[in-house]
Amino acid sequence: MASRKTAAASDKPNISREELLKYYREMLLIRRFEEKAGQLYGMGLIGGFCHLYIGQEAVVVGLEATAKEGDKRITSYRDHGHMLACGMDPKGVMAELTGREGGYSGGKGGSMHMFSKEKHFYGGHGIVGAQVPLGAGLAFADKYRGNDNVTFAYFGDGAANQGQVYETFNMAALWRLPVVFVIENNQYAMGTAQRRSTSSPDIHTRGTAFGIKGEAVDGMDVLAVKAAGERAVAACRAGKGPYILEAMTYRYRGHSMSDPAKYRSREEVQKMRDERDAIEHVRELLLTGAHATDDDLKAIDRDIKAIINEAAEFSKTSPEPDASALWTDVTV
Amino acid sequence: MATEILMPALSPTMEEGTLAKWLVKPGDQVKSGQILAEIETDKATMEFEAVDEGVIEALLVAEGTAGVKVNTPIATVLVEGEAAAPAAAPAPVAAPAPAEKPTPVAAKAAAPVAVVATASPDWPEGTPMKAMTVREALREAMAEEMARDETVYLMGEEVGEYQGAYKISQGLLDQFGPRRVIDTPITEHGFTGIAVGSAFAGLRPILEFMTFNFAMQAIDQIINSAAKTLYMSGGQMGCPIVFRGPNGAAARVGAQHSHDYAAWYAQIPGLKVVMPYSAADAKGLLKTAIRDGNPVIFLENEILYGRSFEVPDLPDFTIPFGKAKIWREGEDVTIVSFGIGMVHAIEAADKLAAEGISAEVIDLRTLRPIDYDTLIASVQKTNRCVTVEEGWPVGSIGNHLSATIMERAFDYLDAPVINCTGKDVPMPYAANLEKLALVTSDEVVAAVKKVTYR
Repeated sequence: MASRKTAAASDKPNISREELLKYYREMLLIRRFEEKAGQLYGMGLIGGFCHLYIGQEAVVVGLEATAKEGDKRITSYRDHGHMLACGMDPKGVMAELTGREGGYSGGKGGSMHMFSKEKHFYGGHGIVGAQVPLGAGLAFADKYRGNDNVTFAYFGDGAANQGQVYETFNMAALWRLPVVFVIENNQYAMGTAQRRSTSSPDIHTRGTAFGIKGEAVDGMDVLAVKAAGERAVAACRAGKGPYILEAMTYRYRGHSMSDPAKYRSREEVQKMRDERDAIEHVRELLLTGAHATDDDLKAIDRDIKAIINEAAEFSKTSPEPDASALWTDVTV
Repeated sequence: MATEILMPALSPTMEEGTLAKWLVKPGDQVKSGQILAEIETDKATMEFEAVDEGVIEALLVAEGTAGVKVNTPIATVLVEGEAAAPAAAPAPVAAPAPAEKPTPVAAKAAAPVAVVATASPDWPEGTPMKAMTVREALREAMAEEMARDETVYLMGEEVGEYQGAYKISQGLLDQFGPRRVIDTPITEHGFTGIAVGSAFAGLRPILEFMTFNFAMQAIDQIINSAAKTLYMSGGQMGCPIVFRGPNGAAARVGAQHSHDYAAWYAQIPGLKVVMPYSAADAKGLLKTAIRDGNPVIFLENEILYGRSFEVPDLPDFTIPFGKAKIWREGEDVTIVSFGIGMVHAIEAADKLAAEGISAEVIDLRTLRPIDYDTLIASVQKTNRCVTVEEGWPVGSIGNHLSATIMERAFDYLDAPVINCTGKDVPMPYAANLEKLALVTSDEVVAAVKKVTYR
């Protein structure tokens, strides 16, 4: 493997073996899940739109490592990774992708619309940028109740150009809402490269006008994401108001399954995979630090493969929703 | 044991494609994410990646082959360890309890049968009454509900220190403090999203729009986020929120401040829509709206704010949704309306009475759900119907009521239903033109004479 630009493990103090193994496992679970989802889409078992998270795993796994019970999260339609990272059941997620009764929304939401009250996962939103004020609203509720929970509101570099994001920055700062705005900058808004859509590239500085602290972080390095996340979460819990994290990341697959991705070269994608892959990074740390053997990691791979196969099987065998479900859940 | 690689579906609509090019050959070691082939769909040429790691055993479809059906095996791959460790099949999962029976929202198409409307009174007979304006009634409803439930809060432009742009929230800041009466910047899209998000998290916001015209800035959050999330989440994530404010024409405020949104919102499943006329209805229905677990659109009217009505002098009363009010009983024609349209309906009924025509006047009060039964029962009695509303004619509430009456009471009709609406133009400013643009009681009288052949 080519040398990587990210800092070596020695720069990150106090990372335990258990932690590294946990991140490896969680990121691998997301990747294998998404690969399987891509496969099931190819077989026609998943319909409509399906946006895969492959390549971006370190962002959500690093941030989830900073969350505590009661913290909330909300994101866009590229949401499978966020659900798995906050502990939602892969079977229920995959069965929602196939539109089955056993899915988190009983088959009525699909890839883009899943929720879990139990895990404080608030979707799964299909309109670019809409989750940003919604996320600030979740934080508003925590502040109203007077607890110290925080909300992670994830959005992309594309959504960062929506007006409602800045309306939200203003109110979140004005009212000191405990929300971490996580910009997952994967460098492409669907097929439009950031340099073609965005007048100033440093999105994390866009809170400056509102007095919101922001920082950029290497989104391909789970330890760096976690460290930045801890700073952001600490500020929010301390009542200092919102925080912006711009995670520089990359998606390996197209915007959705039907994206031929002709707006970037194959070499560009391959270079990221070879040199910056977040999972390979942790794998290397584990092996070079003698925290784990090849066999240890193979055992994890096998475990995850079994979980994914079980989820896939469940998503095929769970029945389609009963016709009566058409009329339920319109109102309470 | 070899694993088959199948022709993938690479778009929501793809059924077959061309295998344009193979990028691997038999004997090649492939890893997850490696590009195996280029496939042409009806829309684009796509790269097709490997999922499983292993060695390509055979290519089953030659490159250049067109019309390859989705799910046709196109290659086989030998996956390491696959034969050795097959995944255990999961136990079948028990089906959940059957969902409750469907309750269709739209009117049922049925043979004409007598419909009995439940006309129970809104409050017990003998209840003491007091005169109150619609404005006071709305304020009282909010104050009572905020005192009753700590999760209820009021948010909007000028609701606090300014005491409300139309003084509906007068005194609430003093009574409940800035934590629960929250002035916003002028930023409807953003604060609507914030309020909706807080409702997902279990608070019960009352969101005031200075007028519903400005809610168009926030329409995505109202429809896509508030109205649809319960359904999209399979019933998990409710949104108990009230969107309220003045709707429709005031006086001489021009095209951008005069729009009646009744028909727009009434079209949306997942919302409840209320449009009161009287002060008693404003109070009882707003209290119901605040207690409701769904997003409620509460359409008020600036002209009605200052009108006085008799309101029951009770410590707590509510009026259920989906129950129309019969303002006067009559024999010759049914006039059905809601909100400020009731002013014209009642005025017309008075004029008609002077000419010996007896009109039954129905106030729908809620537009989602609609009390169809009360309307149909009335039409079955009078055999004629005129609808009255301020909004535009195309896709109006009146259109929908006409269709419903035709489906459910066709054989009872002695004349076509006539829809009296606002004119099909943006609201003009000039005083004379504005009068012409609005529906009038004279137009209602003329419509009634037409359907009664007078």
